[in-house]
Amino acid sequence: MPAACHSLHLMDSIIQGFLGAFRLIIALDPELRRIILLSLQVSGTALVVATCLGLPVGALLAQRRVPLRGPILSLLSTGMGLPPVVVGLFFYLLLSRSGPFGILELLYTPTAMIIVQTVLAFPIVASLSHAAIAKVDPVIRQAAFTLGATPLQEVLTVVREARYGIMAGVMAGLGRVMAEVGAILIVGGNIAGYTRVITTTIVLQTSMGEFELAIALGIVLLLIALGINLGLRFFQRAGGVRSGVILWD
Amino acid sequence: MGLSLEVAGITKSYNGQSVLRGCSWLFHPGRTYALEGPNGSGKSTFLRLAALLEPPDAGSVIYAENGVALPHDLHLRRRITLLLPKIGVFNTTVFNNVAYGLKIRGRRSQEIEARVQDVLATVGLDHKSRQNALDLSSGETKRLGLARALVIEPEVFWLDEPTANLDPQNTEIIEQIILKMKVGGKSTIIVVTHDPAQAQRLGDHLLVMENGQIVPR
Repeated sequence: MPAACHSLHLMDSIIQGFLGAFRLIIALDPELRRIILLSLQVSGTALVVATCLGLPVGALLAQRRVPLRGPILSLLSTGMGLPPVVVGLFFYLLLSRSGPFGILELLYTPTAMIIVQTVLAFPIVASLSHAAIAKVDPVIRQAAFTLGATPLQEVLTVVREARYGIMAGVMAGLGRVMAEVGAILIVGGNIAGYTRVITTTIVLQTSMGEFELAIALGIVLLLIALGINLGLRFFQRAGGVRSGVILWD
Repeated sequence: MGLSLEVAGITKSYNGQSVLRGCSWLFHPGRTYALEGPNGSGKSTFLRLAALLEPPDAGSVIYAENGVALPHDLHLRRRITLLLPKIGVFNTTVFNNVAYGLKIRGRRSQEIEARVQDVLATVGLDHKSRQNALDLSSGETKRLGLARALVIEPEVFWLDEPTANLDPQNTEIIEQIILKMKVGGKSTIIVVTHDPAQAQRLGDHLLVMENGQIVPR
């Protein structure tokens, strides 16, 4: 009997949680809004930085004879599966007060969260950009040359041909950082109103047994995931990309 | 006056196998040459070297104007072009494909619009201007390649097997466009073909690739 009572109580909590969650979403609760905005801000910035760094690296590796190209590509592939908590721990040690970069006082700030998410997204964007650019038919570059392109214009032409594959890589990177929780929890500290984002809030609220906000944020995260997957599918189809990519860790 | 081209004693080997053995010829400005020879005779290799796509192992490729040799720089490259058997279609509209050469030269959009439409009408693709170029048939793709080259008004125009694997109708269309270019006399045209009859139809000067060397027919 006690077990049955417990189950009923849990079901009631879940139902109440969902009802409360929908109320929060419909009312556009200020706290919910702030958390979502901060998540998008942190992950969006990290993605922009990762793309600005990853795309040129991918293009360089695909189009130029770079020394140690093979080992670099292996390193990037490995980086795609980096455990977020390990990255978080590493950056915690670097940024903590007694660490080499402690003087910057970045620990428990959104900047620290952006740094770790950039590190997590960079290998994905660089590696998938490389794959997309390397797949472009060499005659494209030759065509650009014969029509009078400068070396930079040749590279940009090839990159433009790979745009759908590159966008798929960027979307995969976004998927990775939006869903990430371990690293930002360690370096962000989950401070209310400052470093608290969707995933860290879900962890906290669940541990406290308060499901309304957690479920509301869960629904929003799922909607974002759906949007990212739809975007990814669009770019994969448009570019004829058939291979799968890691979207969520 | 226009560009002249002197190819002097060029040689090229691939994997130890000699393809060109001291190839030499002087191409005068504004004339049309047809270079024929069987498959594997080295015609395409010669074209790639002469069009500056790759360097020869030995010998020289000299483009000159008024008797002065020009450096192999971007400025010279933009005065010559070549149409390869596989043209490399950009994944965008027919219009953008043709406009490419003008855009990278920084031409103004009004000029680009006018010239691209004009060239598309010449090759009979004006009605497909907004279509994705990857959806064109093989004959249309070949004409697209021709349009991309024509729009930049090359002074030296190399064409490598411009009608290979095309049906008679598309072959005729392309030959007619080349013949029209000849009438203008602004460009030096060099057509590489394995078809002696086509060489006869298109060329004023008939050349043959034999044993890795160019000889008059």
